[in-house]
Amino acid sequence: MQFLTLVAVLLLMSAAVYRMGRGRAQVLAGTEARSLHSLPSYYGYYVALWCGIPALLLIVGWLSLEPFILRSLVVDALPTEAKALSPARLSLLMNEVRQLAASGDFRFSSGPVASAAAEQYRGLRATSFGAMTVLALSLAVGGAVYGMRAISPKLRARNRVESAVKVFLVASSTLAIFTTIGIVLSLLFESLLFFQKVPLTDFLFGLNWSPQTAMRADQVGASGSFGAVPLFAGTLLISVIAMFVAVPIGLLSAIYMAEYAHPKFRSIAKPLLEVLAGIPTVVYGFFAVLAVAPFLRSIGQSVGISIASESAMATGIVMGVMIIPFISSLSDDVICAVPDSLRHGAYGLGATRSETIKQVVIPAALPGIIGGILLAVSRAIGETMIVVMAAGLSAHLTANPFASVTTVTVQIVTLLVGDQEFDSPKTLSAFALGLVLFVVTLALNVVALHVVRKYREKYD
Amino acid sequence: MTTASESQSRPGDQGINVAKVTANDVNVYYGDKHALKGVNLAIQANEVTALIGPSGCGKSTFLRCINRMNDLIEGARVTGTITLDRQNIYDRDLDVVQLRARVGMVFQKPNPFPKSIYDNVAYGPRLHGLAHSAADLEEVVITSLERAGLYAEVKDRLDEPGTGLSGGQQQRLCIARAIAVSPEVILMDEPCSALDPIATAKVEELIDELRENFTIVIVTHSMQQAARVSQRTAFFHLGELIEVGNTEQIFTNPQHKLTQGYITGRFG
Amino acid sequence: MTEAVEQLRASVIAGKVGARLQRRYAAEKRFRVYGVAAIAIALSFLAVLLVSIIAQGYSAFVQTEVRLTLDLDPAVIDPDGKRDHATLSSADYATVIRNALLARFPDADDRVGRRELSHMMSQGAELEVRKLVLADPSVIGSRREMWLPVAAPVDQLIKGNMERAPDKGGQFKERELARIDALKADGSLQTRFNRWLFTEGDSRQPELAGLWGAVVGSFYSLLVTLALSFPLGVATAVYLEEFASRSRWTDVIEVNINNLAAVPSIVFGLLGLEIFLNLFELPRSSPLVGGLVLTLVSLPTIIIAARVALKAVPPWIREAALGLGASRLQMVAHHVLPLAMPGILTGTIIGMARAVGESAPLLMIGMVAFIVDVPATPMDPATALPVQVYLWAASPERAFIERTSAAIIVLLCFLAVMNATAIYLRKRFERRW
Repeated sequence: MQFLTLVAVLLLMSAAVYRMGRGRAQVLAGTEARSLHSLPSYYGYYVALWCGIPALLLIVGWLSLEPFILRSLVVDALPTEAKALSPARLSLLMNEVRQLAASGDFRFSSGPVASAAAEQYRGLRATSFGAMTVLALSLAVGGAVYGMRAISPKLRARNRVESAVKVFLVASSTLAIFTTIGIVLSLLFESLLFFQKVPLTDFLFGLNWSPQTAMRADQVGASGSFGAVPLFAGTLLISVIAMFVAVPIGLLSAIYMAEYAHPKFRSIAKPLLEVLAGIPTVVYGFFAVLAVAPFLRSIGQSVGISIASESAMATGIVMGVMIIPFISSLSDDVICAVPDSLRHGAYGLGATRSETIKQVVIPAALPGIIGGILLAVSRAIGETMIVVMAAGLSAHLTANPFASVTTVTVQIVTLLVGDQEFDSPKTLSAFALGLVLFVVTLALNVVALHVVRKYREKYD
Repeated sequence: MTTASESQSRPGDQGINVAKVTANDVNVYYGDKHALKGVNLAIQANEVTALIGPSGCGKSTFLRCINRMNDLIEGARVTGTITLDRQNIYDRDLDVVQLRARVGMVFQKPNPFPKSIYDNVAYGPRLHGLAHSAADLEEVVITSLERAGLYAEVKDRLDEPGTGLSGGQQQRLCIARAIAVSPEVILMDEPCSALDPIATAKVEELIDELRENFTIVIVTHSMQQAARVSQRTAFFHLGELIEVGNTEQIFTNPQHKLTQGYITGRFG
Repeated sequence: MTEAVEQLRASVIAGKVGARLQRRYAAEKRFRVYGVAAIAIALSFLAVLLVSIIAQGYSAFVQTEVRLTLDLDPAVIDPDGKRDHATLSSADYATVIRNALLARFPDADDRVGRRELSHMMSQGAELEVRKLVLADPSVIGSRREMWLPVAAPVDQLIKGNMERAPDKGGQFKERELARIDALKADGSLQTRFNRWLFTEGDSRQPELAGLWGAVVGSFYSLLVTLALSFPLGVATAVYLEEFASRSRWTDVIEVNINNLAAVPSIVFGLLGLEIFLNLFELPRSSPLVGGLVLTLVSLPTIIIAARVALKAVPPWIREAALGLGASRLQMVAHHVLPLAMPGILTGTIIGMARAVGESAPLLMIGMVAFIVDVPATPMDPATALPVQVYLWAASPERAFIERTSAAIIVLLCFLAVMNATAIYLRKRFERRW
């Protein structure tokens, strides 16, 4: 709250300074507007930027460094026996200290050490905030004074203001790059810690996945086993089932829409199909549990097959439905991009419509369609909510679609939701799985986009 | 740096025959393509200079050099100097925005903003801070519309969108929009090519009137138009300036074979 | 002679073609049927999904309540007569309610009967009475008629979601059923609008569990997302379309944006967990962090839509502005952006709709806890609408299935409104040049 007040004060100061700067420029200009380099309002913006930007930058920098500095100060002041704790326990303690300090309610403290540290932490934070406020406000005032002094008819205020905006534009556009770097670094960092404990080959080629056993140190198999092959197999099984549902339905509806459908029918059916894409995946997950899985089970019972209530089949079918609009809209684009001259050539030889489609249009559109299917596969592999709700938790290495399997994303969620202990291979393995997921989907996308682009270039 | 006010308050130049715009050895490259080759040309104040030549000859390219619109084309490179009142417009510290306030432009296709007629004309003065009050601004807008010969036709619907006017009216609106900034030079890039003959006649008449106050450079594909509106004519061919002279002389007694061929319609 | 041969050959070919023709037309017909069938299957899935969820969920918008005449006995509520806040907050309202029920069913006045009566009512009934008394202590000593919520099993029974017969999985004894029927018969037991669903946070009691906490959490997250992703997305699009010339650098940016658009959302959750929670120590489970993560999820959508909208503005508008001496930034701010704005807003709303329905990354940053309080600021722990769906879906009680479906209906309504706004904007302001 205090923080918001500070930002609001800065914004108000900038607004006031804007008016002052503009007024001063108007006075300088007198009656002859062309004696000024820029419009008076640009002088206002110029001063306002000097007032606001340095102060805001200071606040951003301060707040991002504050946690690290506070942490090291508090850790330094801890009693020696607390300092001797393992890094994992220490970070747990610090977590508690921060929570105590944030709530201000020490009743649930685990001990005097934590309480004292929290007290110190609170004090340090208050000091830090005070110092930051004073610094930021003086920077704002200083900037405003400097800006006002700089105002003169010769000052290229517009160019200066525009350069500042341009810096903002460039900075925004680099965010995408930083996000990618952030993803890679954070996944890689934790994964490397994981691979120090579990060899990479065990992870990639091991056939047994049971991270849960790692929790009880006194038991056999305390280290847990982290062979991810069953997860990969389960993910693949569900994705393949999803594709068996989505590809024929999506492709056939795209063909019908593009080649046969009356424009009126198209204008109704197409948006309705898109609705399928707009439904949150958590809804599909619930639908799978509520309707599809029981339905399949009862069919299985009547035929005499045993179908698990968390079967790969139910999950895959629902995921396939979710992907239908994805495939149909991508294929629709691709089919429409096939030039009519090809179709006319086939018609001219006396081919029927379906023959033209099967023998000319689809072969011509095939690279684009394959690109679209690859994108859909990547989407299926990364899909989380449907599988978390409808697929199983325990890893079985099976190709039976009626059995229960688990997937990479399910495991990431189960490993990371709830209380976590950092540095345990159990938690770290989630990041290793995340890294695999990221790399695989990225590769699929790069290939798919490349294929689609090649295809587009052919007909554009 | 010359500010706009200084150059404006220099009416004395008009009497002496000092060129308003001078091009010295101007070359333009679009990537590998050499689009304009060593052009030297002086443009006199308060005259209409016509640039003619077959399409692709570089006349529009040259026109766009005078207010540096070529800067916008990716891969375009300009060498040589162009001076406006003896100041090189390709100087590093020249503000291209101020240059364009002094050298206005009217485009081939009428391009009014999708805003009201009033706002179209008022945009430039607002941009450059030329009016101190709303009344001032209104006066500028009305005068500009009057000078463009459009005021009588639109005075009752100044707040209607400029895009609703006819093609000829739109082009005159664009001219009004350009002169509202009181530029010194107006560049016109085939301003009548999208208009019917009657609208063309009106615009040509307007160009002739504007000569009194402005220096005008016009690119045209119609030789008759060049003959009708201009005092001087420059003939371009394959990126080179072939010949320049009084319009009458160019059309009656061209010195160069290529000019002769073009005038008499042997090619182009 | 040759002519006759030619004729013969032509007729043979025509015959062959004709003979095949029937089969070919049959194939043509079959192909069309496949197409129609595919669309029909897809749409019937949509229909089944919507119908089954609405059928499950509509009843959660009402809640069964009982009309009771309460005797607000001072001896029970405030024996000391001090009327202070602490006493009144912790008073024994359960007894007040049970007494009212006993008055209606005097035959139940034994140990088992009393327990049965207590189990009939929701805890929410006590909260309602407490609210009444705290708001106006002067009601103590008077008699009041109030509609109070019943417990979830009774509610489910009334709504027909539970078997009546005790031997078929119903949990009520015959005499309990008789009491419920008696109340129903004299109009004292009715289903009324379920206000708890829209005013309360989460609860372990299905009849008290509300969506308001999740709605507020979603709203705060969305606010953060919008405040960040709109300016950043538009700025990126403007830079790429209007300022940057195509270079290796812009290619790198473009490739990154396209890839981020296809990265599984859970990976953004992992990023949020590592960077925002572990590195910068922002508050766990807070809408602030949720909003930051959703910003990354929705940013590519917004950037791509904004670029399309900027591309659609014809180049001559730019030339006209520049020719008058506008700088590039003025050209963008005065002409290009206003003309592209409807398209950008449409893309932004669609991106926000995606963010509203997104739950996987929120699980990673802890917005999946059981949180009763409605968050007051974006820094408080909270959950979000789709995550609430996930949480309720995992609850075993029959009443939560109904509520999960209701939460989905609410979520889908929000999405429908957002998408309808986007479509309206596109239709209303779409410009063809």
